[in-house]
Amino acid sequence: MASISLPNLGVPVAARAVQATTERPWVRWSLIAVAVIFLGLFLFLPLAIVFSSALEKGFSVYLAALHEPDAMAAIRLTLIAAGISVPLNMIFGIAAAWAIGKFDFIGKSLLITLIDLPFSVSPVVSGLIYVLIFGLQGLLGPWLAAHDVKIIFAVPGIVLATMFVTFPFVARELIPLVEAQGTEEEEAALTLGASGWQTFWRVTLSNIKWGLLYGVILCNARAMGEFGAVSVVSGHIRGRTNTMPLHIEILYNEYQFAPAFAVASLLALLALATLLAKTVVEWKARQQSTELERLREKLYEH
Amino acid sequence: MQPQLKQKSILPGFGLALGFTILYLSLLVLLPLSATFLKASSLSWQQFWHIASSHRAVASYKLSYGASAIAATINLFFGLIVAWVLVRYRFPGKRLFDSLVDLPFALPTAVAGIALTTIYAPNGWIGRFLTPLGIQSAYSRLGVVIALTFTGLPFVVRTVQPVLEDLDKEMEEAAASLGANRWQTIRKVLLPAVMPAALTGFSMAFARAVGEYGSVVFISGNMPMRTEITPLLIITKLEQYDYAGATAIAVVMLISSFVFLLTINLLQAWSGGRLKRAHGSELPEIAHAEAAS
Repeated sequence: MASISLPNLGVPVAARAVQATTERPWVRWSLIAVAVIFLGLFLFLPLAIVFSSALEKGFSVYLAALHEPDAMAAIRLTLIAAGISVPLNMIFGIAAAWAIGKFDFIGKSLLITLIDLPFSVSPVVSGLIYVLIFGLQGLLGPWLAAHDVKIIFAVPGIVLATMFVTFPFVARELIPLVEAQGTEEEEAALTLGASGWQTFWRVTLSNIKWGLLYGVILCNARAMGEFGAVSVVSGHIRGRTNTMPLHIEILYNEYQFAPAFAVASLLALLALATLLAKTVVEWKARQQSTELERLREKLYEH
Repeated sequence: MQPQLKQKSILPGFGLALGFTILYLSLLVLLPLSATFLKASSLSWQQFWHIASSHRAVASYKLSYGASAIAATINLFFGLIVAWVLVRYRFPGKRLFDSLVDLPFALPTAVAGIALTTIYAPNGWIGRFLTPLGIQSAYSRLGVVIALTFTGLPFVVRTVQPVLEDLDKEMEEAAASLGANRWQTIRKVLLPAVMPAALTGFSMAFARAVGEYGSVVFISGNMPMRTEITPLLIITKLEQYDYAGATAIAVVMLISSFVFLLTINLLQAWSGGRLKRAHGSELPEIAHAEAAS
């Protein structure tokens, strides 16, 4: 057995307790330094270089890069893809959260795993699966060609690939939230004569609104920034099937660095706005839950 | 009791919600994914094996899985330190660092890719210091590791953080009062407690890195046999209209990602079970307090 040494005997008891459960200052500060350098190197530096390279050639070049017709077309297509896929995945997320969070049924955990599938599939493979179905060589290819419907190398393919990649975001955010809230409040509303829809709108939705908002924000960030999956199905036709990330790639490969970073800076701003929204939503959700806690405590008192 | 498909509930809308969920899931995800396996089944086993085990494919697996493992290990090590520092210490700018940890989730991969390439290029902010030392960071395997470290950065931090927050300080005090020094407490009390969560984060970072494309293609240089990752090989084959080749390699990636998904689920169940047990011991206390009020 190791002998016990008590080197800090003689130090006041309270100070000894602190010493025993914290690190020495030099350890503390070196750990903080390691963390700060690591995060600075991998997070701050990339952000800094995006904005500094975007403005390197001056503000007029920056604005010109964004006003150029191909850039405008790319921005428009990105907005279209996100504008279709985010609402659809939101409706799906709410439906999935209602079915999985409020009811118990056989095969529930399998269903949750299947919903997570798109997260674990490489973006490139996500694009490929649609090429294999709708492309010229694909399963439905000959039929689509005969009826003059174009999905791959056209806007519908881009929307489909974006929907696949962002599929789990809202559902993933909502399912644990709805599950944790239980069914008592809804049952009370129904007993008091509310209809199913009223119960859903007034009770469930107002309980999960912050989580829903956060899921939608994350889903939107990914929808606007998706690169690999969209790259496979897009065909890279300038001004027609290029989203913002694909436009950035083309500019960068043509050594037009300042314009490439100018478009990239818009997406970086979107990312920063997403992080800010996340912080605000988390704060609001915490506020809501402490308020609920207070109400419950009041109920117990009476 | 008779086995039931669904527990009784007075809440409406189960059929509608579940029906829509399954329909949407099948149309968008399950059918397209199974179409890939259908397409792959048109290859004979020899053909499939010939493509999937070709020299170029094997070189790409080695790079993709090797670099992902290195990047996930870097993230495991630094992620534990970052989570620890963010939970336990106070320092200026802490809130800012905490919110920025999620940046790799929010920043589009193409943007990250060109930013990292510019930083590590021979004339870049960091590259210019590495080049005289004979270290080529961009357009090399090291570049792939750098990009994958960026993409996987949030996972370990975000899985470990809540576990550290929930840890009872009393356990550490108990360890200390039993004569353990700080290092022993960390190794024997704290590390075992956060290990399931850290491993979950590690495998998530690894799985994400294996499939990553956008942030890597710019910085890797894309030389076949040397710096070509597996997703890029799929794209190259597609661009040459080699659909069979692309499908075969995609199937290899899909099967490996299903294995990861299973592993991550098992790890999560493990760490969830540990958490529940830890909380379970507190439950009687809460019930007792409620009964008293």
